[in-house]
Amino acid sequence: MSAPTFDLGTLHGGLRLPILKDESTARVIQHVPVPTQLVLPLAQHAGEPAHPIVGIGERVLKGQLIADADGIISAPVHASSSGKVVAIEQWPVSRRLGENAPCIVIECDGLDQAVYLSEPIVPFEKQSPDTLFQKILYGGIVGLGGAVFPTAHKLMEATTESLEYLILNGVECESYISCDDMLMREHAMAVVVGAQILLHALRLDRCFVAVESDKPEAIHALADALTEVQDGRIAVKQIPTIYPSGAEDQVVQLVTRKEVPTGGLPTDVGCLVQNVGTAAAVYDWICQGEPLISRITTVTGDGVAAPMNVKSRIGTTVADVVNFIGGYTERAKQLIIGGPMTGKSVTTDRVPLVKATNCILVLSETPPLGTENPCIRCGECAQVCPVLLLPQQLYWYACADNEAKLRSYGLTDCIECGCCDLVCPSHIPLTADFRSAKLRMRELEDEQARAERAKQRFESRTVRLEREQLQRAVELMKQKERIKNAGPQAIQEILERSGKPSESDKDE
Amino acid sequence: MEFERHDAPFLTPKVDVASIMRQVLYALIPALVAHVWFFGPGILFNLIIACVFCSGAEAAMLKVRRRPVQPALSDYSALVTAAIISFALPSLTPWWVTATASMFGIVVAKHLYGGLGFNIFNPAMAGYVVVLVAFPMHLNLWTAPRMGDIDYQYPTIIETIRYTLTAVLPADLGFDAVSRATPLDQMKTGLSNMQTFDEIHNNPMMGSFGGRGWEWVSNFVALGGIWLMLKKIIRWQIPLGVLAGLIIPTGFMYWADPGVHASPGFYLFSGATMLCAFFVATDPVSAATSPRGRLIYGAGIGILIFAIRRWGSYADGVAFAVLLMNMAVPAIDYLTKPRIVGHRKFEKWHHKSRT
Amino acid sequence: MWIAVITITGIALVAGVGLSFASRRLPANDDDLVSKVNALLPQTQCAQCGYPGCRPYAAAIVHEAVSINLCPPGGEDTVQRLADLLGRDAMPLAEPAQTNMKESVAFIHETLCIGCTRCRDVCPVDAIVGAHQFMHTILAAECTGCELCLAPCPVDCIQMKPAA
Repeated sequence: MSAPTFDLGTLHGGLRLPILKDESTARVIQHVPVPTQLVLPLAQHAGEPAHPIVGIGERVLKGQLIADADGIISAPVHASSSGKVVAIEQWPVSRRLGENAPCIVIECDGLDQAVYLSEPIVPFEKQSPDTLFQKILYGGIVGLGGAVFPTAHKLMEATTESLEYLILNGVECESYISCDDMLMREHAMAVVVGAQILLHALRLDRCFVAVESDKPEAIHALADALTEVQDGRIAVKQIPTIYPSGAEDQVVQLVTRKEVPTGGLPTDVGCLVQNVGTAAAVYDWICQGEPLISRITTVTGDGVAAPMNVKSRIGTTVADVVNFIGGYTERAKQLIIGGPMTGKSVTTDRVPLVKATNCILVLSETPPLGTENPCIRCGECAQVCPVLLLPQQLYWYACADNEAKLRSYGLTDCIECGCCDLVCPSHIPLTADFRSAKLRMRELEDEQARAERAKQRFESRTVRLEREQLQRAVELMKQKERIKNAGPQAIQEILERSGKPSESDKDE
Repeated sequence: MEFERHDAPFLTPKVDVASIMRQVLYALIPALVAHVWFFGPGILFNLIIACVFCSGAEAAMLKVRRRPVQPALSDYSALVTAAIISFALPSLTPWWVTATASMFGIVVAKHLYGGLGFNIFNPAMAGYVVVLVAFPMHLNLWTAPRMGDIDYQYPTIIETIRYTLTAVLPADLGFDAVSRATPLDQMKTGLSNMQTFDEIHNNPMMGSFGGRGWEWVSNFVALGGIWLMLKKIIRWQIPLGVLAGLIIPTGFMYWADPGVHASPGFYLFSGATMLCAFFVATDPVSAATSPRGRLIYGAGIGILIFAIRRWGSYADGVAFAVLLMNMAVPAIDYLTKPRIVGHRKFEKWHHKSRT
Repeated sequence: MWIAVITITGIALVAGVGLSFASRRLPANDDDLVSKVNALLPQTQCAQCGYPGCRPYAAAIVHEAVSINLCPPGGEDTVQRLADLLGRDAMPLAEPAQTNMKESVAFIHETLCIGCTRCRDVCPVDAIVGAHQFMHTILAAECTGCELCLAPCPVDCIQMKPAA
């Protein structure tokens, strides 16, 4: 059964990147054994960090809740294996590029004993959507495509809009990364059932699984799984292999031919997008009772001896993972968490693998430094921008710190995909410049908001003072009137009361 | 293990300014060979002088501006300017004319405006226009093509070098002997003398579709330009704009009255039209940037070339057309901003914040 | 030729007189301009410019052509923006900022405060709450860092701290 490729929208710009996934997809997913130590950061998701509910010295079991969601948007954290909590301390994390953040450190006992499930697993079709949302929240499920937004909140917010489609994002357009590809090849059924759970929870009846055309094995695996479940609501759509067709807004544009409005979300055009990994995680939790305690990660690059995809427990340090696959090569120079276009370079491999870690990329060469030429206005950046921005103009205005012009030229719409960087002959770090310009814009906005508030308070105060002055003057005048009208005898009484010599006394 | 930290993206771009400029130079080689074949070695000497003066002026300006000299010189942009100047000037040109054009172009039109990437005007065209106005006699000394059947004498290589260095022709070769009016000149004077196009076209200076010799140089320039387009060094919008802007009015005029107007083919293949369409107007720094803007920019140049050639007092209006459209580029860029994905058409950008 | 010279001079004189008449008798709507100038000022209301607040300074700039470089918290950025708006020349600040006002907030040491209300009355944005003989405290979110409350305090219990 071939996947339909017709009826796709168009994507402007974009680049054909070198795929570089052959080595990491050459063998099946390897399972990294449970390490001796697990480091679980409290902030593995978008929103407020979780707060720990276990104490130092406490024994925890695999899948046990060890940190609870805290705040309006948050997600809990579970222990990835059984062991003893030895510390709740600062540890380098990839989210902060190697700087420290609070983490729960568990020394594993090697038994990998799972927590006892208090309730039996109920088939998802029998559960109400609200129950499912609560369960998904409790399971620590977050978006595994990279944004790690708490899935339950995303689903609950989506139900307030009118939705038409669920889109599962298996596009994975960035070079090197192949974890979603391997997940679809080996666990296509988990993805499909996950889709069914989400369709049930959202009360939708149409789901598209978007897969890039360079993943024929994944497409076949999905097709086979769909044939097995005979669910006509779910269909696979093949997306052309262009970066960044896997970005959320771009997938929506390609699959539904609608543009997500600026500053808006896919739900504004009737779609909800979830990564295929998230769907599989939902299946694992709802149908198998295992919360989000492990994920598939691609470990690749010419800095590692044997690139491959691994399934490892959340909290395994990158050093342990790389050790398992055979270690570094002598040329290893850069450690990147994520892909080569949008990944973050971290300073140390002591950082743990977290829910967001889709790829560990170790590269041997570093980008050329200090060879930035002036912009020659060639316009190539505008040719490849998927959002139809003019990166060249944004660059000039970012250099000039012209906030108004940056806004009018659409800086906030930049998805930071990095296409413009790759085609710039002058090697200008456009994406990095835009990131700092966005921060600067936010700073200026905050400053303006504060100034506005101060101005209003000042004006209110001025008005208040004038009013008080006016009141006092009016009262004084009234008082004087009262005394004058009361007559000379009243004045006499007042003077006597106050002990002052009265007019008549003075004469005497 | 500890690692260095850098910013994404971590794939290195494959292009750089030097390689782009080098490919532009390569694309001009066939045209250079054709030029030497038809018009003698003069252009080679002009090219050498232009390269020397352009690079020298650039190095001097960079020193004065306290910028690093080596990286800027090694991006070949000065050499591209030199190449275009040498194509624009007649092959028999004294060295000081070429030097003036090069130095003005690099010093004033490029560096005084801020250097590479900041100049508003095309440096080659600015330099050419200055010597056109300052040395009118030298710039009207166009040699006739060596087609064998045209009755004229041509200087030898040594005599060419001597002329280039001293502006003195050998005793037995007067100016009238070595030079002829260009095909564009002839067309202009012919049409204003009320000759018909066919009559003018029978002149041995005229080739099959453009001027004799000139049309072949134009062909090779166009081939080089198409090669650049295939390699994506230049994009199709500007050349198409220039050619369309020239073909449409001239085609219309020729269709209306073929006797009185020159054919579109003549306009396209004579003078510096092809050079302009593929090499001059496509100078990225001084051209418009948005794709729609480039079409408008190119079309404007084409129409202006036509207007100046038809009604202006200069035979070939390429340089002025380019400079005039350079002036309009900021306005063109401002008015042709593409609609950003996610924004609505014809409405002010309305920003909703993600809550 | 002389006729041309006389004609042109005559036109220039008439136009010049007409324009100066118009600029005096038909003034532009100044209030809009004062608001625009005020919008560019940082709103710390610190009175370092010599005027009791940002709006009075803005009014002085527009109506009395006071120089635009008197605002240290605004910095060179504000001078440049005012210069662009009003068509005047940008000049360096008359007195450069001593401290970065926008990045500090006042803090009252409650053990020392005697509840005299002098600081409360002088705060231009009402960021100090407190009643007579009761504890005073600073609303840190509203404090602009103008430092006007430091001087009136008789026991010097107010200190500037970096904003969190």
